[in-house]
Amino acid sequence: MRFVLVGQPNCGKSTLFNQVAGYKAETGNFSGTTVKFKETKVRVLGDIVELVDLPGTYSLLGTNPAERVVLDYLIDQRVDVVINLIDATHLSQGLLLTLELMELGRPIVLAINMMDEAVRQGITVDGEKLQELLGIPVMPMIASRGQGVRDTFRQAWNAAVGKEKPIPQPYSGEVEKAVQDIKDNLKKKVFPVSRRAIAIKLLEGDPDITDRVKKSDKTVGKKITSYLDSLCHSSTQQAVWMIAGERQKMAHALKDKASHQGESQLSLRDHLDDILLHPFFGYLFLVLIMALFFWAVYGIGNWLEEPLLSFFDGLTARLLSMLGSSGLLARLLAGTIQGIAGGIAIVLPYLVPFLIGLGLLEDIGYLTRIAFLTDALMHRMGLHGKAIVPFILGYGCSVPAIMSTRIMEDKRDRFLSAALVTMIPCAARLSVIFGLVSFYLGPWAALGVYFYNLVVIAAVAKVLTRFMPEDSPGLILEMPVYRMPTLRTVTAKAWFRIREFVVEAWPLLIAGSVLLALLNYFSVTQYLDLLFRPITWVLGLPSQVGTPLIFGIFRKELSMVMLAQALGTTDYATVLTAQQMLVFTVFVVFYIPCISTIVTIRNELGAKQMWFITGLSLLVAIIAALITRILFVVV
Amino acid sequence: MNLLNVVNGRWVVVKTFRGGRGMQRRLAQLGFLPGNRVRIIRSAPFHGPLLLEVEGREIVLGRGVAAHIIVEYL
Repeated sequence: MRFVLVGQPNCGKSTLFNQVAGYKAETGNFSGTTVKFKETKVRVLGDIVELVDLPGTYSLLGTNPAERVVLDYLIDQRVDVVINLIDATHLSQGLLLTLELMELGRPIVLAINMMDEAVRQGITVDGEKLQELLGIPVMPMIASRGQGVRDTFRQAWNAAVGKEKPIPQPYSGEVEKAVQDIKDNLKKKVFPVSRRAIAIKLLEGDPDITDRVKKSDKTVGKKITSYLDSLCHSSTQQAVWMIAGERQKMAHALKDKASHQGESQLSLRDHLDDILLHPFFGYLFLVLIMALFFWAVYGIGNWLEEPLLSFFDGLTARLLSMLGSSGLLARLLAGTIQGIAGGIAIVLPYLVPFLIGLGLLEDIGYLTRIAFLTDALMHRMGLHGKAIVPFILGYGCSVPAIMSTRIMEDKRDRFLSAALVTMIPCAARLSVIFGLVSFYLGPWAALGVYFYNLVVIAAVAKVLTRFMPEDSPGLILEMPVYRMPTLRTVTAKAWFRIREFVVEAWPLLIAGSVLLALLNYFSVTQYLDLLFRPITWVLGLPSQVGTPLIFGIFRKELSMVMLAQALGTTDYATVLTAQQMLVFTVFVVFYIPCISTIVTIRNELGAKQMWFITGLSLLVAIIAALITRILFVVV
Repeated sequence: MNLLNVVNGRWVVVKTFRGGRGMQRRLAQLGFLPGNRVRIIRSAPFHGPLLLEVEGREIVLGRGVAAHIIVEYL
C-alpha cells in the first residue's frame, strides 16, 4: 500500500515525516526545501506501508518544478490514500489545497497540525464539525510531539482499504456547469483520477494536461476552448481566477463554521520581528547572530581538529614504523589513512556543528529573515535575498553551500550563486590565509585578503549578470512564524546532509589521497610542476609551488601543508617574498574548487556547469592574482 | 496604483495583476486574488522587499514583484 503526504510549505509535513521515518529526510522553514520527494516504510496495523513525502505545494497549479512533481505524481502514480496535512493556524489557506485534493477522487485523510500553536493564538478548531462538512476523516495532530500521528495513519489505512472516495464540493453557477460539461465529454479511464479533476485542470488551462487530453481526443479540445471563451465573456476574469475564487469562498465558509477565533495569548515571539527586522537593530542582530554562529562552529571545529589530527599522525607513524619501510605498500597505506583523516579530522569537525547550527537557524525561521534583510544588497549582484544563505555557508565549507542553492527555484539563480560561492574562502582556505598571510604579514594583510575577495566576487557577479540578465522577477517567499526547533528534526536533517558528504565526497577524497601518495612515490612531482608552470611563471612564483597547487585541488589546506615539502623548509619567509606569499594566497583562494566541491556541483547542477565553474574560477584566480602582483609593485 | 505606492499599515484590496501568467499563478496561490485584502507590515531598508499580510499569512515580495500587483485603498 502507498500513503502519500501532501501539504503546503511550513505546515509541518517534514516534521511529521521525520517523526515516522527517523533519520531519512530533511526539513526546514525555508519554503520549499524538499525539492525531491522522499519515501520510507512504515508499519500500520500490522501492514508494511510505503510512505511518500511530496514537496510542499500551495495548490495543484504546478507553478514551479517542485509543485509540478506533486501534481504529476498525484495524477499518474498509484496512490492508495492521500494524507493531507494543514496548519491549524492557517485553516482557510490549508483547506484550499484540501478542496483541490478532494477533487482528485482519491481516498483522503485530513490531519490538522499545530493544534498547540492554534490554542496559543486563541483559535479553536472543531475537527468533528469539519469532518461532517467535508465528508472525509479529519484528525487533530501535533506532529512535533508525535501526538495524533498513530491515529491518523490508522485512519488512513482504513480509508485506503475501504477505498473511500471523497465527494468534492460543487462550485456555483457557470463554473460548475462548465466543469460538468467538460467532464461528460471526457473519455473514461484515460487518467487514474476522477474526470472531474481533469475537467477542472483543463478549465484552469494546465498546459501539460491540456496537451495530453487533446492528443487522445480532438473534439474535446475544441469544446474546452469554447468554454474558456464563454466563461471569459460572462466575467472579466480568467477561468483560473474564477475557480480559485470559488475555492476561496468555500474555504472561508468552512473555516467560519468549523473554527472560532478567541482571545489570543500573544507573547514575546510575536513581537520579535519588531527587533529582528528593524531597519537598524535588525542588521545589528544579524551581524551578532552570524558572528556567534561562526565563533561556535570554529570553536568546536578547532577543539576537535587538533587532537584528531595528532591521533591520525601518530597512527600513521606507528604503522609506518611497524612496516619498517618507506616502500610502496607503506606509502599507499599512509595515503589511505590521510584521506580518511582528512574527512574525520578536517571536514567533519566543522561540517557537523555547522549543519546543526544551520538547521537550528532554519527551523527557528531566521533564514527567511536574513533573506528579507539582505535582499537589497544581493540585488546589486544580480541575485536576490535567498542567495545569502549559500554565501554565509560558503565561509564554512563550499559543499553545504552548493547544496543549499536548492532553495532557489530559478536555474539561473542557482548557477550564479553556486559559481560565486565557490570563490568564498572556506574554512580550509582560511587556514592558508591565516597560516601564510596573517602569520608572516600580519592580521591586517589577512583582513585585506578577505576584503579583496569580496571585491573580486562582486566584480565577477557584475560580469556574469551581464551575460545572464536577471529574469526572475524577484523575491517571493512566505515568512514563517518563529518556531521552537525540535531535536529530532534538526539532527535528522543534519544527518541527512552529512550522509551526502560521507557517501559522495569522502570516497573521492580518499582516492585522491592514495593517488597523491603514488605520485610522490614515483617522484613525478617535477612533471606536475610543469603543468602549472605557465601560471606560476606569469604570477612570478617559484616553479616548485606547482605540486602543492595540484594537491590543493584535493584538499585546499594541502596547498599550504605541501608547500613545506616542495620548498624544503617550513620557514616560508626564507624562500618566498611578501609579494609572492600574497599572490600565492590570492591564487589559492580563487582557483579550482576542491574535489568534494566539484563533485557536489556536478550532482546539484550538472556536468556542464561543473566544467564552467571550474574553468571560470581558474581564470578569475589568474586575473585576481596578477592584479595583486601589479598592485604590490605599484604600492 | 500598485503595491509600491501604498502607505505601510494601510489596508488595500487587490484589483488585478500585470505580468506573466506564471507569476500571476504563483501570486494567486499565496493569496493575492482579486478582492482580497493586503497590508504592508514593514519594508526592508535600502529599497529592499516588502513584508505583506494577506489572508492571514505573512509574505515577502521583492519590489519588482510587488509592482505587478494593482491595488486600491479600501
